[in-house]
Formats: sequence, C-alpha cells, structure tokens
Amino acid sequence: MNIFVLVKRTFDTEEKIVVSGGKIQEDGAEFIINPYDEYAIEEAIQKRDALGGKVTVVTIGGEDAEKQLRTALAMGADEAVLINTEDDLDELDQYSSAYILSEYLKDKEADLILAGNVAIDGGSGQVGPRLADLLGINYVTTVTSLEIDGTNVKIVRDIEGDSEVLETSLPLLVTAQQGLNEPRYPSLPGIMKAKKKPLEELELDDLDIDEDDVEVKVETVEIYLPPQKAAGRVLEGDLSAQVKELVNLLHSEAKVI
Amino acid sequence: MDFRLSPDLMEMKNSIRDFIDNVVDPLAGQIDQDDHIPEHIMKLTKDIGLFGLSIPEEYGGTGIDMVGKCSIYEEIGRTSNGYTTVIGAHTGIGTVGIVDMGTEEQKRRYLPGMASGDIIGAFALTEPSAGSNAVALKTTAVRKGDKYILNGSKHYITNASIADLFTVMAVTDSSKGAKGITSFLVDKSAPGFIIGKTEEKMGLRGSHSSEIFFEDCEVPIENVLGVEGLGYVNALTILANGRAGLAARNLGSSQKLFELSVKYAHEREQFGKPIFEQQIIQHYLAEMAMDIETLRSFTYRVAWMVDQGMNVIKEAAMAKLLGSEIYNRIADKAVQIHGGLGYMKDFPIERYYRDARITKIYEGTSEIQKNIIAAQIHKEYMKTASPAHIK
Ligand SMILES: Cc1cc2nc3c(=O)[nH]c(=O)nc-3n(C[C@H](O)[C@H](O)[C@H](O)COP(=O)(O)OP(=O)(O)OC[C@H]3O[C@@H](n4cnc5c(N)ncnc54)[C@H](O)[C@@H]3O)c2cc1C
Ligand SMILES: Cc1cc2nc3c(=O)[nH]c(=O)nc-3n(C[C@H](O)[C@H](O)[C@H](O)COP(=O)(O)OP(=O)(O)OC[C@H]3O[C@@H](n4cnc5c(N)ncnc54)[C@H](O)[C@@H]3O)c2cc1C
Repeated sequence: MNIFVLVKRTFDTEEKIVVSGGKIQEDGAEFIINPYDEYAIEEAIQKRDALGGKVTVVTIGGEDAEKQLRTALAMGADEAVLINTEDDLDELDQYSSAYILSEYLKDKEADLILAGNVAIDGGSGQVGPRLADLLGINYVTTVTSLEIDGTNVKIVRDIEGDSEVLETSLPLLVTAQQGLNEPRYPSLPGIMKAKKKPLEELELDDLDIDEDDVEVKVETVEIYLPPQKAAGRVLEGDLSAQVKELVNLLHSEAKVI
Repeated sequence: MDFRLSPDLMEMKNSIRDFIDNVVDPLAGQIDQDDHIPEHIMKLTKDIGLFGLSIPEEYGGTGIDMVGKCSIYEEIGRTSNGYTTVIGAHTGIGTVGIVDMGTEEQKRRYLPGMASGDIIGAFALTEPSAGSNAVALKTTAVRKGDKYILNGSKHYITNASIADLFTVMAVTDSSKGAKGITSFLVDKSAPGFIIGKTEEKMGLRGSHSSEIFFEDCEVPIENVLGVEGLGYVNALTILANGRAGLAARNLGSSQKLFELSVKYAHEREQFGKPIFEQQIIQHYLAEMAMDIETLRSFTYRVAWMVDQGMNVIKEAAMAKLLGSEIYNRIADKAVQIHGGLGYMKDFPIERYYRDARITKIYEGTSEIQKNIIAAQIHKEYMKTASPAHIK
C-alpha cells in the first residue's frame, strides 16, 4: 500500500487568537498538527502495519512546518515531504493547495490518500475533495471506519448525527472524522528515529508549477473575532410582571415577535 | 553557558507532558483511591517508550543522557507519584545497574525487554535490619558449583509485586564487610524466590513495595552483576546516579502544585476579592516560585555533571536533599493556600502532600544525604589542607 497523508500546521487549539491589522497574529503562538490530520496519520500507520507498504506525509507551508512533519514521522510515518511555498507565494487557498498537491501526487501511484475532515483554522473541508477530483479518484469525507480488503474498501462515515455505510475501491481519498481512531502520542524512541527519516523539501519549480497557475481564487475581505457575548439579564418582580416584561422585550428589543 | 534544552529534547519533553497531563493525570485520583494503575495506562506508558528511558538505543531504549532523563522525569512528576515511582524505580535503580555494569550477554538478554516494559526491574538492597546502614545486610549468597544459593529477606522493595528481574545485594564474604557484598540479577521465577506481602502505605499509592524472601534460592553464576565483592559499591553508584532523577521528579510535582496554587489563588474569593490579593498569599507563591527555580537550575546542573562524567557524590546528595525539602515545603504551602479544600480527597493537593513525605526517606534519608555531603566536605578539606592544619 502506497499511502499519503495530507498534513497541515495549525494554531494550537488552546491559543488565544489575536487579530490585528486585519491579520491573525502568529507571534509567540504554539502550532500543532491539525487535530483531524492526526486521525489521518494514525489510520495510515495502522493500515500500513496491517497491510504493509509505506506512509508519506505531505504538507504545503514554510520552513516552520518541518516540526509538524517530524512529529508525524515520530508517530510512525516513513517519509515526509515539505512543499515549501514560502518564497513563491504570499497566499494559499483551497484551490491552490489542491492544485499543488495534485501536481505532486499525480505520478505517485497512491493507493490511499488520507486527509483531515477539516483544518481547524480555515475550516473549509475542501482540499481533500478538490484534490481527489483533480486526480480523478474516488473520495469519501468524514470517515469514522475504514476497512480495506484487496482493493475493496468498506467505509462508515459520519453524516451529522447518523452514519452511512459505503463500499468503494482503491485508489481512494478519505477525510478523517473524530472517532476514526485514537491517535498515538509520538514515542520517545519514535522521536529519536524521526530525526533519521527522509524529509524531502520541494519548491514550486520542482513541480513545474508556475506561480500564475496557483493564483488564489478566494479573496479575504475581513477577519474579525466573534462578538463578545453580552451578559444575560435576570428579570425580577412577581411572575406575571416578569412574563409581561419578557413578552415586551421579545417584541421591542429582540424583535423576534 | 546555555540553559536551553535541545529542540529534540524539547519535543520529547512536550510529548511526555501532553501524555501525562491529558492521559495519566485525569486518573491520578483513581490510582490513589484504588492503589492500582489501570492496565491501559501501563500499556500506553510502555508504548510511548517511558520504560526504556535509561536504556541505550542499540538495546531498544531511548538512549538519552542524564539531562534528557531529568527533563522527562520532571514531566512524569506532574501526576500521581505512585505512577511516577513505578516508572522511576524501573528506569532508575531497576535498570541502570545492568546498563552500567552488565556483561554484553546480560544486556542482550534483559535490556530489550526492559526497554519495552515487558520485563520490569526492581532493586533490592534494604532489609529489616539494614536500612540506612546498608552494609549490615544479612542476606547471604554461597557459591555451590555453577550456582549461588541465596538465603535471607528484604523489605520495602518497590515494584516487587510486578517485577520480573531483581538486582539483589547479598553477602558473599562476611569477613570483608562492605567489600564482601555482591550484586545478583535474580529472575522472579528462580527456585526459592518468594514475594511476600505488599505494604499499606501513606502515599505513593499505585506503586507497591513488598517483602521478598530467599529460601535456598538458586541463581546461576552468570547472573552476578559486576564484580564479586563490589556489590555495595555498585549499589552506592546506582543510588547516586539516580538522585538527580529523583530531584527532577520532585521538581515536576512541585511545579504542578505551584500551578494549581496560582490558579486557585486567583479564582478563590474571600473578603470580596481573590485571595491572591492578600500579600501573605503572594509571598507564599513568590517563595514557591523561587524554590522551584533554585531546584530546577541545580538539578539540571547536577545532571549535566553526570553527563560530563564528573564526580557528583556530593552534588547528587545535595540535589536529592534539596528536592525533597522543597517538595515538602511546597506541598505544605499548597495545602495552606487551598484552605479546607487542600485537605479534601476531591482535590489533588492532599495526595501530593502525602506523596511528598516519602522523598525525605527513600533512596537515602535526608540525614544520610547530609552525612554524605559532610563526608565529601571533609575529604575535600583533607586534600587541600596542609598537614599542620590537621589535628
Ligand atoms: C515506599 C518505600 C519504597 C522503598 N523502595 C525501596 C527499594 O525499591 N529498594 C530498596 O532497597 N529499598 C527501598 N526502600 C527502603 C528505603 O531506602 C529505606 O527505608 C531507607 O533507606 C531508610 O531505612 P529505614 O527505613 O530502615 O530507616 P532507618 O535506617 O532505621 O532510619 C531511621 C531514622 O534514623 C536516621 N538515621 C539512621 N542512621 C543514621 C545516621 N548514621 N545518622 C543520622 N541519622 C541516621 C534516619 O535518617 C531515619 O531518620 C523503600 C522504602 C519505602 C518507604
Ligand atoms: C476537616 C475540616 C473540618 C471542618 N469542620 C468545620 C466545622 O465543623 N464547622 C465549620 O463551620 N467549619 C468547619 N470547617 C471549615 C474551616 O473552618 C475552613 O475550611 C477554614 O476556616 C478555612 O476556610 P476555607 O476552607 O474556605 O479557606 P479560605 O478562606 O478560602 O482560605 C484559603 C486561603 O486564603 C487565606 N486567606 C483568606 N482570607 C485571607 C485574608 N484576609 N488574609 C490572609 N489570608 C487569607 C487563608 O488563610 C487560606 O490560606 C472544617 C474544615 C475542614 C477541612
């Protein structure tokens, strides 16, 4: 099995987001592997251990993303690829990310590609499906169980409150949902070994991609934090007066009736 | 002078911290109450490689130096000290003897299993009549053909109930005192080896210390660890090297108590404001912070000295003593800051308070550490002083 996992470096879920000058401030923030990608990495390792083959983790980003790739190697991935766009591109969107990945993957003969269901920063959930489309392979999103038998694949996917059982075949791209597995912590010997595993760094040139081909199609108009929740109000007085006031407020202030 | 840890070490430390804080610590209260570490926690602990902390890479371990070990110990100190002790006793006194003094054959036989946690190690020196005065051992080992026959008993042996391999000190020549003691690697399945009752303890619950008995217990000669007659010296070396590690574990527990105390002091309101605004609480926390930074600096310096191959007999004793004194002081202040809550089992503070107490006793009591420090001071003086100064 030739398995690829798409990995994104994202803000730590425990970070406080600070917006200034229309941008999210990254200074001093901690970064992690996108949590959904951790399920993807874990599943890839389990499938490789059961069926043989190789797991390659791939990310698009800058030099800093090497840390997340090393963590994936420490968990047990075999090889890592950093597509470094730092010098060539100011921005990436779902379109350009999927395009770059497809150019990298088109001649790799991947049997299985795993990605996270969404990245917790942008939250679009598009890169996986777009990539599958560009590669012309099947894809299934929000997967909570994956069974592979030869080239036949049996999948359970989460459909918001219910689950759906599907059958499909390799080559395939799936995006991992919470519940797929319990991602392992990188082990101490794993961290030592990760230092010696291959980590290839590529630039757009290496993939014969022209900067114009990956011009972003999404324009970010504004970035702002959700409004602070105002404190609730407690009505006082006897019950019938309170009910009367509530109806009034729903009418005049909340304007819902 | 660079006080930063290497990026690799930081990655290991962070990974272990995540594991301890998110996987082990939520069960710390349960471990204390049940006096038992859940099997799945033991399994995950093995998977993450903590049992191989002291074992070189070529035998399947992590192969990190003492600074590295201390930085990991610091993190495992952040939870149930019973859990910490199971790992500490295995990776410390339970394995370092074989790593440092074992023959190639012994290493190949035991270390890979010890690294994966399939073979758990224990260290058996203390006897009912030989505690601080470890030279007074009564357990004997008599050579008979290609075997030694051991007779006697030990007590308070940590991990005995789960261990597979014991490093045992026994008297091979009673006429030679300290130089008549030899270390043996005793398999739990050795004929005549019996594990006795497990003690009920004040703290460290989840870690078990038990009696062991040798009744004509047969140990093959190839299981002698190191040189015959050097068993006591071996034991002292194993214990000395472990002392910085114990200081690091105490550092982690102290740090955890400090974090809990800072948080509580900001959240708890009395007299219309957070108790943090009371100067006395601020001073408690300032003293705790200062103690922790002192201990951190000193512990890592001693670990660094170990890595340089320097003699650390004095400094390791100081670190062990300082670590246990500071941990106990901080546990007391943490209880105080938490008021009545600090005394209640619903909250972790009282558990640390009970757990802290043993650190002044095991791996050499505080008094014995002071004796060791003083003996070294005397030795250094005798080296430099001119004969005229010495009465
Ligand atoms: C939970 C636990 C786990 C343990 N695990 C292990 C283990 O895994 N392996 C092992 O071999 N041992 C183990 N021990 C034994 C431990 O190392 C001893 O308890 C310790 O060395 C003290 O010995 P003792 O209990 O016999 O006390 P004693 O030696 O009887 O000491 C009693 C008091 O007298 C003081 N004292 C004694 N001699 C002197 C002196 N010369 N100068 C000043 N004061 C002195 C001591 O400091 C102490 O305050 C463990 C003990 C406990 C409680
Ligand atoms: C086992 C037990 C039995 C008890 N039995 C009874 C009982 O029978 N009846 C009863 O009524 N109560 C009882 N109590 C309650 C006990 O009296 C309180 O726990 C105690 O008064 C402390 O209050 P607290 O726990 O709310 O701590 P807090 O008042 O929150 O104190 C937390 C910390 O802040 C410090 N602090 C608070 N205010 C100040 C200040 N102004 N200046 C400086 N420092 C300050 C405290 O000294 C303490 O260190 C019992 C408590 C326990 C633990």
